[in-house]
Amino acid sequence: MAAILELAGVLKAFGAITVADDQSWSLGTGEALGVIGPNGAGKTTMFNLVTGTLPVDGGAIRLAGEDITDWPAARRCRAGLARSFQVPQPFGAMTIFENAFVAATQGAGLAPAEAEDLCLDVLDRTGLLRKANTMAGGLTLLERKRLELARAMCAKPRVLLLDEIAGGLTDHECKSLIETINGLRSTGISIVWIEHVVHALLAVVDRLIVIDFGRKIAEGEPRAIMDSREVRKIYLGIEADA
Amino acid sequence: MTNLTVSRSTPASTIAMVALGTAIIILFAAPWWAGRSELRLLGEIFLYMSLATLWNFLAGYAGLVSVGQQAYVGLGGYMFFAATIFWGLSPLVALPIAALIGAAISAPVAALIFRLRGAYFAIGTWVVAEVFRLTFAQISALGGGSGTSLPVSVAQSLADGRDAREALTYWLALGIAVVVIGAVFAFLRSRRGVALMAIRDNELAAKSLGIDIWWTKFTVYVVTAGLTTLVGGLIFLQKLRISPDAAFSVNDSTAFVIFIVVIGGIGTLEGPILGTLVYFALRETLADYGTIYLIALGVVAIAIMLFAPKGLWGLIRGHRGTELFPLSRRVRGLTEKGQ
Repeated sequence: MAAILELAGVLKAFGAITVADDQSWSLGTGEALGVIGPNGAGKTTMFNLVTGTLPVDGGAIRLAGEDITDWPAARRCRAGLARSFQVPQPFGAMTIFENAFVAATQGAGLAPAEAEDLCLDVLDRTGLLRKANTMAGGLTLLERKRLELARAMCAKPRVLLLDEIAGGLTDHECKSLIETINGLRSTGISIVWIEHVVHALLAVVDRLIVIDFGRKIAEGEPRAIMDSREVRKIYLGIEADA
Repeated sequence: MTNLTVSRSTPASTIAMVALGTAIIILFAAPWWAGRSELRLLGEIFLYMSLATLWNFLAGYAGLVSVGQQAYVGLGGYMFFAATIFWGLSPLVALPIAALIGAAISAPVAALIFRLRGAYFAIGTWVVAEVFRLTFAQISALGGGSGTSLPVSVAQSLADGRDAREALTYWLALGIAVVVIGAVFAFLRSRRGVALMAIRDNELAAKSLGIDIWWTKFTVYVVTAGLTTLVGGLIFLQKLRISPDAAFSVNDSTAFVIFIVVIGGIGTLEGPILGTLVYFALRETLADYGTIYLIALGVVAIAIMLFAPKGLWGLIRGHRGTELFPLSRRVRGLTEKGQ
């Protein structure tokens, strides 16, 4: 499995606080990778570094073998890297459909007619079609999160970075989210997913990495990782032998 | 899915476009139905409408709050005078040439002042305008600090007879308003316009979705500068006289324009047009009262900022997002599917 996304020794510090400490990992083509770690561990920061909204202090990021470390965020998106924001960032004065349309025309570079078809399809799959003409500024948090996913999908990414999209969903909604994401995987999209709702994560991902204080502290098969002493201690915040 | 369509026009926008077309035809015929003073007033309204539309394009859509657009109004006036006096060009050729020069000069200016953000950018634009003013005050061939008049021969070359000249400058003003509003409308409807509206709403999301923010803003700045230069050329063709203080007046070309956009509604195409009409209604009814007129303008501006921060058009537009210029995209057929 060739790596589609690769981080090699990525460094980032805000003053004395290191938020990405020599991070190296890779994502295989078509793979789904889960990322867990306590609050403030640097998971979202890592997404900011990968998508280019934050510059790295050192190390390299490669997309399909190409060094994108110095690329601006917009170029990385056009090259196939799309994300959802943990704190939703909707275009408030535009409708849900228009939000998706931005991604389809700018990120995916589609012509208007193709973009319209893609947006309608994605909104249907993410359960937002009914509200297509609603202004994004007036949505509930849950709807905003769904819009984050829909918009990222409309950018037609090769690698989709999802940042905590399952929080606050009902069981039924969570199931349909898992179906949607597994559906995306079947179309060949590679996924990195930061999530605290572990059971949702485990239903999708092939592999898990654990981040704490900006460092990758564990990596491997999801069940094995979840059962390991180290992860229980650091991620769940309980002493394994207490 | 198959019965869903995406449409850009609404009944309101279709009616508005038909009404606008009719209005343009009636206004085109104004030289046959209006007196000389009405014609001049209408011409001035069109020029302010153009300046307001352009400032709104820059500040309301691209987030570039400039208080230095008088730089391009003045540049337009001076370039127009230079092109007709020194190069002997016909006024009708000189106007577009002035616009091209304005756009060309604005490109390096943009590269420089785009390094500044927010309030610093605003001050930077004002400094640029002052630099332009001081520069033109040094050019003795254009009258230096005291300015110069447009030679009678240039004005006469426009058309035979005073009425014909008045009519022609009126049509030029109307034409420029149509060109400016049409150009901004076309830009906003294009692919780049989608990007611009995304930037207006959220820059972080915009760049993460593949939009090159710097380049989009740069394009808006240069287009705005070129068209503002064009308007400036026509303003001074009407005035027949130019001086650095009049050409680069922050009051006439920027302060009143900001007032118009703020009361009309920033970030919409309709706002500046409505704002211009309100501004001229106030001016024509209150201007005779001297100082009280300016106090009244101030009171109106404060009241609108307090009670309708999105301007008068923002009030009318409401939450339903009513629009007269069809820019949005609405999905049709949702209810028929029972979704």
